[in-house]
Amino acid sequence: MSLLLIAEHDHETIAPATFAVLTAAEKFSVPIHVIIMGSSCQKVTEEISFYENVEKVWIVENQALSHFIPENMVNTLLELAKGYKFILAPSTTFGKNLLPRLAALLDVAQISDVIEIQDQNKFVRPIYAGNALATVTSEDAIKVLTVRPTAFEKAKKGSLKAPIELYPFVPPSIRGLTFVKKEESSAERPELTNASIVVSGGRGLQSKDNFALIEDLADLLGAAIGASRAAVDAGFVPNDYQVGQTGKVVAPTLYIAVGISGAIQHLAGMKESKVIVAINKDPDAPIFQVADYGIVGDLFTILPELTAKMKTVMKN
Amino acid sequence: MKILVAVKRVIDYSIKVHVKSDGSGIDFSGVKMSINPFDEIAIEEAVRLKEKGIASEIVAVSIGEKTCQESLRTALALGADRAIHVETSFETQPLCVAKALKALVERENPRLVILGKQAIDDDCNQTGQMLAALLSWPQGTFVSRLNVKEDEIEVVREIDGGLETLKMSLPAVVTTDLRLNEPRYATLPNIMKAKQKPFEILGEDVLGIDLKPHLKTLCVAEPPKRQAGIKVTTVDELIDKLQNEAKVI
Ligand SMILES: Cc1cc2nc3c(=O)[nH]c(=O)nc-3n(C[C@H](O)[C@H](O)[C@H](O)COP(=O)(O)OP(=O)(O)OC[C@H]3O[C@@H](n4cnc5c(N)ncnc54)[C@H](O)[C@@H]3O)c2cc1C
Ligand SMILES: Nc1ncnc2c1ncn2[C@@H]1O[C@H](COP(=O)(O)O)[C@@H](O)[C@H]1O
Repeated sequence: MSLLLIAEHDHETIAPATFAVLTAAEKFSVPIHVIIMGSSCQKVTEEISFYENVEKVWIVENQALSHFIPENMVNTLLELAKGYKFILAPSTTFGKNLLPRLAALLDVAQISDVIEIQDQNKFVRPIYAGNALATVTSEDAIKVLTVRPTAFEKAKKGSLKAPIELYPFVPPSIRGLTFVKKEESSAERPELTNASIVVSGGRGLQSKDNFALIEDLADLLGAAIGASRAAVDAGFVPNDYQVGQTGKVVAPTLYIAVGISGAIQHLAGMKESKVIVAINKDPDAPIFQVADYGIVGDLFTILPELTAKMKTVMKN
Repeated sequence: MKILVAVKRVIDYSIKVHVKSDGSGIDFSGVKMSINPFDEIAIEEAVRLKEKGIASEIVAVSIGEKTCQESLRTALALGADRAIHVETSFETQPLCVAKALKALVERENPRLVILGKQAIDDDCNQTGQMLAALLSWPQGTFVSRLNVKEDEIEVVREIDGGLETLKMSLPAVVTTDLRLNEPRYATLPNIMKAKQKPFEILGEDVLGIDLKPHLKTLCVAEPPKRQAGIKVTTVDELIDKLQNEAKVI
């Protein structure tokens, strides 16, 4: 009884979230098969085939798979899935979009955003924006899970190459669906969910222009940029910078929250960070309840000073 | 065009929930309940489509205990034309809700179903995708912009790397993201008017579905508490702490 891991990739590289799911997969102590679907996947298939504990890699290639549209992927997965007892994907927008569609067709429940695998049928997942942790079991024969990538270490590359097998593409049953375009946010900085330092700004920044203060510090530290919902809604930064219950979950080594009050929905996305720094002029802001180091004051004086002094530190 | 909107009743987003001391679940006593914020956005979008003359009728549906009729009343006050309550005492889980919604879709024949992307209680983010699968319809999930043109919709989706635009033929399922719109408030006259609007209550048996949960919750616990740290007074002190105590830079 094996496990099928649906890999996320962009045809060039495997998404780091996939390697966290691989670590979660190892907890099941069953053979792990990875499936790569896309339009031209030789490169990424090679990449994943060298990871430890990957026993086989399925490759499915078709033009219809170039944009990872679930409707185009699910019939192939459905056919393959019936031979597996466990099916895993990352709880990224890729996995969230795809996996419930597959689970429903298998007529099984999905367990979303798993952060701990206690045994083959006992999983821990956050509910209520992480204010409670539920331990759940499934009565279905096939367990379908999305895994929260920040909750697991990333698996390591090994030296042995797993066999690669071609699986035929099963055409979709849905017509009239077309990809129009993708607007990607700047890829110059480290990816938010994968960065070891994140500098986040909130409504306290007041404007898009002021966000340059955040960018300066982030670039100096080689950090990714995050934001509160308020900052995104106000148009200071693109939507995919949002950290929180309904945005991205991050767990960097260092999280610096600037002008963010610390609403429960925001904390849900960053409170597992190793070290949290908060800069806020309100001494009672809830963010200070989770911050390791808080500094009360005006961000417009503190942030430039911090950036300037860090510059000296970084030079030495 | 008829639109079906799914509405879940949840603990209000502003409430910090508490876990019962015996670990059996969340303490609901005396807690403020509201419509799931994403579903308010779903209702708002449907109402705007009606105001533009694109939608002809909006049917709001909710599955759950009797109390969710209150949320449906709010949906009617916000502009839905009709409400259907599928009554069950089971805890509602996404697959079962999707099956109930499918049965309602087959009964009502809407061209568009709008759901929230996520219920803020179970944080599952599944139901819309599951419904689309069961209906064999296309899905536009996490949508921050929706354009309806004749027999087709164009959606802008919020994804990890930015934004994605898709076009799909109707009928279709759409799930809302936060930035799709800003929901209005119900006005007093509309709350009064809502009392006159058609309201139907159905049992599981009528729809021929089984809402028995597939997942069992063994226990619910508080997450480990994070220790609040210290306040520093100067930037120099902060840098020193980060370098020498936390050792993160
Ligand atoms: C369904 C739902 C989902 C949500 N999901 C998310 C989510 O995923 N992520 C998220 O972040 N939010 C989310 N929210 C919103 C959340 O509830 C808060 O509204 C939001 O996080 C507030 O953002 P903020 O802290 O930037 O703004 P505010 O709460 O307005 O805080 C601004 C802070 O900046 C400080 N400040 C102002 N000026 C200065 C200055 N000059 N110097 C220093 N400090 C200053 C203020 O003291 C204040 O603490 C969600 C809400 C709902 C209803
Ligand atoms: N019991 C329910 N009744 C009506 N709609 C629901 C119910 N549960 C979930 N939904 C809809 O499905 C969306 C996503 O929920 P979930 O998959 O549980 O995160 C919600 O925003 C609602 O629109």
